[in-house]
Amino acid sequence: MRRRSITTLLAGLLISSTVFLSTAAVAVPPDEQLQDPALEAKAREISKGLRCLVCQNQSIDDSDAELAKDLRRIVRERLLAGDNEATIEDYVVSRYGEFVLLNPRLNASTALLWGSPLLFVLAGLGFAVLTFRRKDAGADLQETITTPVKSMNILDHLRDD
Amino acid sequence: MIPEVGHALLIAATLSALICFILPLIGWRLNDRRLTQSAPMLSLLQLVFVTTSFALLITSYVTSDFSVLNVWQNSHSDQPLLFKFTSAWGNHEGSMLLWVWILTIFGGGLGLFGRRLPTDLRAVTLSIQSLMVFIFGCFVLMTSNPFTRLFPTPPEGSDLNPILQDIGLAIHPPLLYIGYVGFSMTFTFAAAALLIGRVDQAWARWVRPWTLLAWIFLTLGIAMGSYWAYYELGWGGWWFWDPVENASLLPWLSGTALLHSAIVSEKRGGLRIWTLLLAILTFCLSLLGTFLVRSGIITSVHSFATDPQRGLVILAILAFFIGTSLSLFALRAPRLKAGRLFDPISREGALVFNNIFLCASCATVLFGTLYPVFHEAFTGQKISVGAPFFNRTMVPLFLILVIALPFGPFMNWKRADGRALFQRLAGIAALAAIIAFLVYILTSDRPRLAPLGIGVAAWLILGSIYEPLSRYKVLAAKSGEHLKQLRRITRSHWGMTLGHLGMGITILGIVAVTGWESEKSALMKPTDQIAINDYILRFEGVQNIQGPNFTEDRGIFALLKDEGLVTSFTPSKRFYPARQMPTTEASLHTQGISQLYLSLGEVRDSGEIVVRFYQKPLILLIWFGAIIMALGGCLSLSDRALWARKTNKKRS
Repeated sequence: MRRRSITTLLAGLLISSTVFLSTAAVAVPPDEQLQDPALEAKAREISKGLRCLVCQNQSIDDSDAELAKDLRRIVRERLLAGDNEATIEDYVVSRYGEFVLLNPRLNASTALLWGSPLLFVLAGLGFAVLTFRRKDAGADLQETITTPVKSMNILDHLRDD
Repeated sequence: MIPEVGHALLIAATLSALICFILPLIGWRLNDRRLTQSAPMLSLLQLVFVTTSFALLITSYVTSDFSVLNVWQNSHSDQPLLFKFTSAWGNHEGSMLLWVWILTIFGGGLGLFGRRLPTDLRAVTLSIQSLMVFIFGCFVLMTSNPFTRLFPTPPEGSDLNPILQDIGLAIHPPLLYIGYVGFSMTFTFAAAALLIGRVDQAWARWVRPWTLLAWIFLTLGIAMGSYWAYYELGWGGWWFWDPVENASLLPWLSGTALLHSAIVSEKRGGLRIWTLLLAILTFCLSLLGTFLVRSGIITSVHSFATDPQRGLVILAILAFFIGTSLSLFALRAPRLKAGRLFDPISREGALVFNNIFLCASCATVLFGTLYPVFHEAFTGQKISVGAPFFNRTMVPLFLILVIALPFGPFMNWKRADGRALFQRLAGIAALAAIIAFLVYILTSDRPRLAPLGIGVAAWLILGSIYEPLSRYKVLAAKSGEHLKQLRRITRSHWGMTLGHLGMGITILGIVAVTGWESEKSALMKPTDQIAINDYILRFEGVQNIQGPNFTEDRGIFALLKDEGLVTSFTPSKRFYPARQMPTTEASLHTQGISQLYLSLGEVRDSGEIVVRFYQKPLILLIWFGAIIMALGGCLSLSDRALWARKTNKKRS
């Protein structure tokens, strides 16, 4: 596993108490962060969705590698330049490929992926309905027969129990 | 000498396993009692051999015998004794031997404790379990032998990976493996039942204890891994949807579904197809997990030394087990008689619903984890499926499941009164909604969805607690009778209640931390102090410490509040010279069930060091809930009714 040390926000800027951004997980070096908290929050969001390409399965927000730092800087520069999230993602993808996006884009080849949860639930429901259908067909007959003439079904019983 | 004896014993065990596979199977076919009765003895023999073999490997570690290649690669004479011990399984070869050992523990366990099983079922089950021991024994002996010698003997070892030198990492693999491998037992039970051609309520009753046992350990193993990652990796995350983490979650999800499905099979004879398939699937998922970790096919922070060749062998083993079990299933399942009828609104119906959603969750995680592999195979393009995908798909699935959950225990078998059900739980629902609303008002500056999450968790927690109280009429009892009614609640009922309660507690912890955690980072040098909310964090200084096999730079921090010192933190950075690897150790302070978390980052040229401070509200609930779930499992397991031979009508 990779060890990282992560550098974080400059205290001086974030005066004292309440200027806390309720972001999850890792922090980013203090000197890398943007002054505008809203823009910085957006930068963090975008960073969490970008893969650190030289790491084993981490986002650039988590990692301390040089490449991660570079990408973080690029994201922030672009945000300052006025680009929106989609444009920035496109830019990073054009340089590094779709692999860099941790959140796979919804397109023809990932439609199956994104649709899978719903498909699985429907498949499960279908399976359940099918097995009950089968049960329904035979069950009534079984219920009425086995009770009065139990002994005649002794072979069934042996097989069943 | 010692490693050679260990090696020889492993060979002996593998051969015994082969004999134990063949003889009882023949005995069953030919109805020869002597042959079928040989199974328990041979299983115990395997257990004794492998236990001794493993003990000898550990001895080599503890005595720092660097002539054993495996010891040289993973240990060091300066290592603390505990880690010399745990290094034995902190690597591929040793952990595979651990895997085989646990296989024999379960097999031997059935040999010892399965006397009340029908003889043919026991013999065939042990035979198949022994086949597994044989196959994995061969795998270890031929591709991953921990007893290989190294000449000339090096003077010193390479040390265990520093990240693994931790008590959490000592406990995590054994717990997890007992879970993974424990599910081999349910697999063999399923295969044996299909082979014999008898899948009945008695079978389901025998499957349940073994399933519970494996499930308890898997739950604890996953929780331990999560907690370890949290305090060790230095940035306070506890679940990353890393492929290897997913690999451990998959058998847990299907194992939970199996547990519930087996209940219907035992009590009502229904859902036998689901139960059989889940029993087969869960172990196959365990095997898949093993394959993923050791083959190099998936990028993960968690992988063992990646060796595609070994990976291929495991894949072949996996294919063998899946192929044969599913073929057996296809052959025999159509002969299964249908179970008793039930209405869709009934406990059976609720458990089917539960099955569907747990299986869908399992399938989604599996699909998402493997998708990059398939996508690349078909389109040549590499994509990532990371945490964002899993969060967005799993949360809705689990939300639906959790909302439906409290209804289940209230429902009767065969047919439940839907209207009465809603009436009973309406009070709890209202209470949960009030709680959510209160949270929303009192913390209006926080994410809007989090109070909703709290409400859902409250719904599950309160609903779970209310059910036994209502069913056993504890609340409605006359004054003085409350305790008497409470004592009437059976252990297995407590098991169910705690299982669901634990889930609710974990969810509460997850929602609280995700919604309300906060972080603050700063560049500090000694004597600096910063203000965080109503705390003041002061950097006192740095200490240099020499550990047994590392050097440490320890930062001393004081956390102050107006009244005075709250606590002191000692986050540190260590350097392990043997492997030339640094690690970061975070410092935690527990406040009830919340934690404060401090860790160090880079040191800048200016001499300032990056310091990260996190507040994690209610985070301990995440693991506390898992412990409660495991406790519930233990209670169920200890209920003698679970083991009783006769078919009695149990209450729940």
